[in-house]
Amino acid sequence: MTGSVSRSGARPPLLGGRKERLDALAASSGKGDAGVSLAASAWRRLRRNPVFLVGAAIIVLFVVVALLSPWLAAHDPSARLLEGQVSRARNEIPPAQEGFPLGGDQVGRDLLSRLLVGSQQTLMVGVFATVIGLAGGLVLGTLAGALGGWVDSLVMRVVDVMLSIPSLLLAFSIGALFPRPSQFTVILAVATVQIPIFARLLRGSMLAQRGSDHVLAARALGVRPRAIVFRHMLPNSLGPVIVQATLVLAVAIIDAAALSFLGLGNPDDSIPEWGQMLGGAQNVIDSHPSLAFWPAGCIIVVALGFTLVGESMRDALDPKNRR
Amino acid sequence: MTSGVDSTTQKSTSDSDVLVAVDGLAVHFPIRRGIVLDRTVGHVYAVDGVDLDIRRGETYGLVGESGCGKSTLGRAMLRLVEPTGGRVVFDGVDLSTLRGESLRRMRRRMQMVFQDPLSSLDPRQSVESILVEGLRAHGLDQGRETTGRRLRELLTSVGLPTTALRKYPHEFSGGQRQRIGIARALTVEPDLVVADEPVSALDVSVQAQVINLLADLQRELGLTYLVIAHDLAVVRHISDRVGVMYLGGIVEEAGSNELYAQPLHPYTRALLSAVPVPDPLLEDRRERILLTGDLPSPAAPPSGCRFHTRCPWRQPERCDTERPALREVAGGHRVACHWAEEIRDGRIQPHEVRPELVEEDGLLSPDTALTGPASVTEVLGP
Amino acid sequence: MALLEVSDLTVVFRRRGEAPFTAVDGVSFAVEPGQTVGLVGESGCGKSVTSLAIMGLLPRRGATVMGSVRFEGTELLSLSPRQMRDRRGRDLGMVFQDPLSSLNPVVSIGLQVTEVLERHRGMPRRQAMVEAADLLDKVGIPDPRRRLDEYPHQLSGGMRQRALIAMALACRPRLLIADEPTTALDVTIQAQILALLAELVRDTGTALIMITHDLGVVAGLCDEVNVLYAGRVVERAERHELFRRPRHPYTHGLLASIPRLDAPRGERLVPIQGSVADNIPWDHGCAFAPRCPRALEACVEITPHMGEEGGRLLRCHNPVQENQEVPA
Repeated sequence: MTGSVSRSGARPPLLGGRKERLDALAASSGKGDAGVSLAASAWRRLRRNPVFLVGAAIIVLFVVVALLSPWLAAHDPSARLLEGQVSRARNEIPPAQEGFPLGGDQVGRDLLSRLLVGSQQTLMVGVFATVIGLAGGLVLGTLAGALGGWVDSLVMRVVDVMLSIPSLLLAFSIGALFPRPSQFTVILAVATVQIPIFARLLRGSMLAQRGSDHVLAARALGVRPRAIVFRHMLPNSLGPVIVQATLVLAVAIIDAAALSFLGLGNPDDSIPEWGQMLGGAQNVIDSHPSLAFWPAGCIIVVALGFTLVGESMRDALDPKNRR
Repeated sequence: MTSGVDSTTQKSTSDSDVLVAVDGLAVHFPIRRGIVLDRTVGHVYAVDGVDLDIRRGETYGLVGESGCGKSTLGRAMLRLVEPTGGRVVFDGVDLSTLRGESLRRMRRRMQMVFQDPLSSLDPRQSVESILVEGLRAHGLDQGRETTGRRLRELLTSVGLPTTALRKYPHEFSGGQRQRIGIARALTVEPDLVVADEPVSALDVSVQAQVINLLADLQRELGLTYLVIAHDLAVVRHISDRVGVMYLGGIVEEAGSNELYAQPLHPYTRALLSAVPVPDPLLEDRRERILLTGDLPSPAAPPSGCRFHTRCPWRQPERCDTERPALREVAGGHRVACHWAEEIRDGRIQPHEVRPELVEEDGLLSPDTALTGPASVTEVLGP
Repeated sequence: MALLEVSDLTVVFRRRGEAPFTAVDGVSFAVEPGQTVGLVGESGCGKSVTSLAIMGLLPRRGATVMGSVRFEGTELLSLSPRQMRDRRGRDLGMVFQDPLSSLNPVVSIGLQVTEVLERHRGMPRRQAMVEAADLLDKVGIPDPRRRLDEYPHQLSGGMRQRALIAMALACRPRLLIADEPTTALDVTIQAQILALLAELVRDTGTALIMITHDLGVVAGLCDEVNVLYAGRVVERAERHELFRRPRHPYTHGLLASIPRLDAPRGERLVPIQGSVADNIPWDHGCAFAPRCPRALEACVEITPHMGEEGGRLLRCHNPVQENQEVPA
């Protein structure tokens, strides 16, 4: 069994101990002993995706600005510092000037400071509305997907009814239920609209999980039903829901802006909010489009940021891309 | 006893020998239609009256083509699919009487190995938590250290390095994943393991590793196997006894050598003659019994003998009207054919069969997923 | 002159952010008119990519095809996509593994067959319909006239594969490539389809390239067999030769590891260790070396070259000796 071609004995002898050779081979292919979980490998792919990086940069910037805005803003956003330059008769607003790079609004408040501080409200509305919507959807979707039968039918009929009403109309109706509109009613209205979307999505992927082999394997193993739902079905169903949550954040910000724009938001304009600023600018949009341009631009960019992140996460979590 | 029959097939079946007794088992899946109100418009007779016994320590092979109900039968035996009729007695306990917690505890004793090793492992769990789960569910987790030792032993016995514990299913090759699936089944020290197509998703060169592993584990642990497969060569290689299924029923059952040496049912003969053998000389010489036409839909099985529409030995009247019972022809050799002896002795010659159209209305086709299909192969073919 | 001559075919896949992957690594073989040539190997051996490269069906972006594929002297790799489209269907036919996804689900079987006839043979619709029914009949589909109006989902798996073969044969191609045509089918149906293919080769003189992982299928059908491993042909021989005396340890190992229907029960299989993923690059030796029971030091240092002896091609430093038969 000696080789017809033999060279230096520098290498470890090949014959004997194929196991060692295979182990060495496995080690050389760069696989360590610590396993790489699905989430970790998804993150690894995300980090290299430029779409994700752009979206994430926008979001990080947005969150940082929102958190630091009280210090970033040069002026009190509700102080009418430039009131003297406002002339209703001649339809004039304060132009850009030193200390006020974007000028003032129609009552003489600093536009840049209002934009910066306004991000806070927008972030809060988006996050709270999404979290509440997600929580409601998780409960309903898990119930329907895990229990099935009449619970499933009942939950899904309710969800169908809610989905059949246009979302903005539904949000209006909910907002209008309250005698006095406030930031809280906006959050509640936007959240309620999201619940059926999350519920249906989660229920669908839970049902797919219920028929999957690994859930059957857990049943065959005699794992308790509750553990099957919470250890196997739910974690494996969450991927699309998380993606949806990111996309919903964008929608929530737009919806909240729409409600504020239409006067169903916080009437107290001493606390600025982008949608409300946009609404306030509609009277002067012909003469002073910049008053509408800035808040609208902010809404679009932030919504785009969340959408980019959501889309790239959808790709990263797709099991087909797993390696 | 009859000579030429495997010792395992001898009819010395005392009750204590039998681990699983299946009696008239039936699984009929309802076919539902309608959007608001579900109406049952028919049934798929996936398993339709199966009797079989699996003895302690043996390997019983169940072979058949897609849509014959073999996977559903395996699952119904474990009550992973609810049977419509009949009973399964496991070690003296009628499984159909068990409910909820008592059934769950019974599951410790009967385990399953799946066809697709990747989809049957939860992608989010590490190998360790996959293996610990069964122990926890049955209160067998005896502290970190003892359990850790047990898991490492288990991995070694299925031929995986102990470093595998911290990895995730997607980091392994197909053969290694199947070893994890086998290890999971063994964590709870079962008596019976149902292996549903355990090697058909694996590469040819890896199949033998898993087949040998199953054989080694059986010898070491005294396991009883039910192996379900479409590949007759695999089933014959690992099984002591083999049951051949066609359209929801067992048509022939015999010791594995006996079945190959003298197949009695026309379907078994056709099946055996169709399996390609990697030997050109043999292939050139072989006479094939080519079946014409397709498998009839299990939603509308033919009357009488289910095989009569494709059978080259079909005889008028009786085959079309009377469903043959599974009867013992020789020691331990059972066959469901009216004319088994006549065909064996050459008193009936095969004739040409005109292919009969199998009407498929889209929903009832044997290739389409129906309510609760048992496996991918059951739906798409092997 | 050979009908098809593949020489030094190499296919490299490049994906953004990943190392290039050589799926086919210098594969050469020839097919004579009326001959059946088998390409055998496991997943990842490059057998399917080879067939797609011959058919010009690999994506232009992402896959680089090098080497030469000559069909009756014409270099196929240098043809424009349009010229290649004309070749396919007319000279080259292909049958895929999954008959359901290879057929258009919303177009009737009849229309799918007549489309080919109208396009490549310029037949008027009426005549094409008659010809299509004829073709379905020839591939053994009962009641072909009625089947023409039906849709793929209304046919069983076996019938679909027959319909697909009928489409591939519509223009009487001189070369038919069958890529795992029976893998998705049951054994009894597989036997029907294999018998049909053998009959077609005999009756029409079509050459056939049979791609499969199943050595049993090859044994009964192919004249010449190429065994592929990790993108290269490791052994080629006439089928009786190959099965009687497999020389490459991989071929030998495959034959020893599959359970045979005619082998006595209880005999232990001899598996090949490791998995297909355990290989080393061909530039550093033999890709099979890590799994090979006969590996020498040279096998991980020197790339083995294809050698010829007695009509057999072999790529191995330490082949199985002539007198070592496959354990039957």
